[in-house]
Amino acid sequence: MTTKTIKASAAGTFAPVLFAVVLGLGVITLTGHVQASALHDAAHDVRHATGFPCH
Amino acid sequence: MFSRILTSALFAGAAAGLIAALLQLVFVQPVLLHAELYESGELVHFGGEAISAHPELPGFNAMRDGLSIVFTMLTYTGYALVMVALMSMAERQGHAVNARSGLLWGLAGFITFHFAPGLSLAPEVPGVAAADVAVRQIWWTATVAAAGIAMWLIAFGGNLVSYLIAAALLLAPHLIGAPEPDSFSGPVPTEIGALFAARAFGIGMAAWVLLGTFAGYFWQSESARAEAAA
Repeated sequence: MTTKTIKASAAGTFAPVLFAVVLGLGVITLTGHVQASALHDAAHDVRHATGFPCH
Repeated sequence: MFSRILTSALFAGAAAGLIAALLQLVFVQPVLLHAELYESGELVHFGGEAISAHPELPGFNAMRDGLSIVFTMLTYTGYALVMVALMSMAERQGHAVNARSGLLWGLAGFITFHFAPGLSLAPEVPGVAAADVAVRQIWWTATVAAAGIAMWLIAFGGNLVSYLIAAALLLAPHLIGAPEPDSFSGPVPTEIGALFAARAFGIGMAAWVLLGTFAGYFWQSESARAEAAA
């Protein structure tokens, strides 16, 4: 394997990892932190039970 | 690569999230509903006569508890996306990822997302006095980030310097201190508050260990399938 293909495959692996992490953190922020009242009310019990700061 | 991360995370997150939600409904929700009787003023302790510790609580509410189940599954799927992505990175560095090692991943995840912030920002029953929510969220996020890096350094650092950095990252948020309320005004009996915190941590740990085990298992089986197809 040449240096070039190693670099290409490393970049090809890093992008999906980064995207999955960002997506995951986005979901956690939405369910755990966003204070919009509809979201807050729906997620209220979960936020308390899962240790997120709530109201 | 991305579809393998996504598939493993979705399976693991949905399964562990569903179990977490059911455990919470049985063990945490009754304590929360009990606390709400004091938050709303329906019950008052130290008001004169003794108050029964076993009041009648509202039962299963399809709308409220159904939403809780959906949001717990979503939350654990979010955790799983982050964890499986990091698992794929660890595997590329030569570390075995399977259901067995997943158990440790789960414990590390619990410490990162639940126990580290909860150590100074204890799981709250409704009605407790607390500092401004935005300030607590900033502290929570910084503590989770520091603990996550610390867990990675402890697991994969492999030298004294990384262990020392990890220890500093774990200690710093608690030495600095979490945002605290100016005064106490919580109407809920301490017995209920303590039970709630203990139950929240216990169920959180059980759910996280399952999440890590499932994530390791699905990651390994998805990898085996991808190799067989190649």
